[in-house]
Amino acid sequence: MIVGRLALKSLLNRWPTASLTIFGIAVSVMLLMGVEKVRNGARQSFADTISGTDLIVGARTGDVQLLLYSVFRIGDATNNIAWKSYGEIAALPEIAWIVPISLGDSHRGFRVMGTTTGYFEHYRYRQGQGLAFAAGVPFADLFDAVLGADVAAALGYRLGDAIIVGHGIGSTSFAPHDEKPFRVAGILAKTGTPVDHTVHVGLEGIEAIHVDWQTGARIPGRTVDAEQVRRMELAPKSVTAAMIGLRSRLDAFQLQRLINEYKEESLSAILPGVALQQLWSLVGTAETALAAVSFMVVLTALLGMVTTILATLNERRREMAILRSVGARPATILGLLTAEAAMLTGSGVALGAALLYTVLSIMRPVVDSRYGLYLPIEAPSAADLAALAAVLGGGVLAGLFPAIRAFRLSLADGMIVKT
Amino acid sequence: MSALVPEAAVAPILPATPAFALSGVEFRWPGAQGFGLRVDDFAVTRGEKLLILGPSGSGKSTLLSLLCGVVTPQAGRVRVLGTDIVLLSGAARDRFRADHFGIVFQMLNLLPYASVIDNVLLPLRFSKARRARISPGASESEEARRLLSRLGLEAKLHDGPPAASLSVGQQQRVAAARALIGAPEIIVADEPTSSLDRERQQAFLDLLLQEAGRVGATIVMVSHDESLRPHFDRAVPLERVAAISWQP
Ligand SMILES: Nc1ncnc2c1ncn2[C@@H]1O[C@H](COP(=O)(O)OP(=O)(O)OP(=O)(O)O)[C@@H](O)[C@H]1O
Ligand SMILES: [Mg+2]
Repeated sequence: MIVGRLALKSLLNRWPTASLTIFGIAVSVMLLMGVEKVRNGARQSFADTISGTDLIVGARTGDVQLLLYSVFRIGDATNNIAWKSYGEIAALPEIAWIVPISLGDSHRGFRVMGTTTGYFEHYRYRQGQGLAFAAGVPFADLFDAVLGADVAAALGYRLGDAIIVGHGIGSTSFAPHDEKPFRVAGILAKTGTPVDHTVHVGLEGIEAIHVDWQTGARIPGRTVDAEQVRRMELAPKSVTAAMIGLRSRLDAFQLQRLINEYKEESLSAILPGVALQQLWSLVGTAETALAAVSFMVVLTALLGMVTTILATLNERRREMAILRSVGARPATILGLLTAEAAMLTGSGVALGAALLYTVLSIMRPVVDSRYGLYLPIEAPSAADLAALAAVLGGGVLAGLFPAIRAFRLSLADGMIVKT
Repeated sequence: MSALVPEAAVAPILPATPAFALSGVEFRWPGAQGFGLRVDDFAVTRGEKLLILGPSGSGKSTLLSLLCGVVTPQAGRVRVLGTDIVLLSGAARDRFRADHFGIVFQMLNLLPYASVIDNVLLPLRFSKARRARISPGASESEEARRLLSRLGLEAKLHDGPPAASLSVGQQQRVAAARALIGAPEIIVADEPTSSLDRERQQAFLDLLLQEAGRVGATIVMVSHDESLRPHFDRAVPLERVAAISWQP
């Protein structure tokens, strides 16, 4: 079609401004789609923080709070589960496995978690992926520790290094027990979950730290060294929470009710997937703001395009008059300018998508290992395509504005343009 | 459909119909200055070579815009080849112009980014009638090249650099070829030679008139230059054609 060919040639003739306009639109489109990708990736990564665990049990508390301290290591439990209750729950026939976790201590700003080796076996993230050891093995000795990937990287620990675990939580634990150093037995591979920020020790290890402490304060005149500790009875009196896997998932609700109505003490059981969704609905508002910002950037780019087209109109009145003189209708002029906007936006959208996939394929491994954000490279979703179509439609619509102006000018000018 | 206003139709062109016949035409530009023209009675016969003379600002271009139907008068009839173009719809008037007019401006006639050949072929894209008038056996671009060569434009310039890089004289020849392609009945030229030096003026006019004469086209040209008179069948001062007035 002649209109399309003329619009293209006219654009090529003004390639410096045209290519800048296209680039502006491309960057904005890349941002729009990129934010969408990161949004989805973040939501997915978040939902994938823990999988394969059917129930999490803790002392009676809010669902989100229990999830926060047991999985994300944020905040503290107000109460513990008595070891006796833990044992009774563990004995329930519906339960396939149960892993206790005991929190409340820290090592140089990283949380220390007491658990059993079952944790390394049963903790699952990102669609059922299990924990892998980058180096070493699970803890075997009372004073063995297994470090999350970030702990090892941040503090420069290697296998066999000695670390001091202090009581309490803070970036520098007060009253460290030099006499009871732990040894790094294993380092986990990066997961992108809170596991990376955690120092794992055995449940007995946690007890060992606390033998000469009582209700959080040191008993004066009573210090016990490591060798003495080894000879002591270190059965835990309580744990902070427990992760449970069921033989049949169908039992989850029934077991949840059973635990919530437990007689001996007040307990809560949560379904991690449900609690994760609740939590996401709280933090998810930020993603909406992000999407709004990228939408505004697209709007700005389209405005920029309209401005550049408008700026060229005056110098192109001559062009319009020539076209009118050879028989072009004002509608042709309208079509010409609209086609121009469509070509600019179309190229911008195409280039933006291409840029996004290029950047994505380059950045993906880095983003995954550094931020634990897994961004799959897949064909644009229906929602992506709809967004791209909306940008294109918006561009054509915005292009109508200078087009209508050119239409008016060409009517008013007639054949006489004084240039 | 409303039957009150009969659909304005393009009249069949008979040999005796005048190229132009204006009567009772009144036109005024919108705006504060409001330059206006009145043409009581004015006719141009088919095949005539007419020169209209007038000083700058006297309304020559305005008259040509009226003749071409780019603007329409507030009153009166503008009959071109027997059809009153005032009564045509905007779209029909544009098609009528594409079919029957070849137009040359004073300067900057070409789409600067398009090649010479594309500029010449432009009217054919908007008019089926002119495409049909290309001599059978010849392709559109062959016809364009033939015209360009006759007008003295070397073949190597035809598809070469964009039109904007040609000299003004060369550009005017391309514009003439564009006006002539598809043999329109009427050639309208708005001071096409005023940006050329005297020697080139003569050469250009001779070529234009000769090519137009070959297909029997009617030529209406406006200029302020009295020295062009000898080339034409008839030369009239603008004030004998139209009375001009300003918004009071
Ligand atoms: N598009 C327009 N809108 C409003 N007024 C116009 C327009 N074109 C021309 N005029 C006015 O009409 C008057 C006559 O202009 P016109 O161009 O017809 O004269 P001209 O004889 O062709 O002059 P020139 O020799 O300089 O080309 C001028 O006063 C001009 O301001
Ligand atoms: Mg003029």
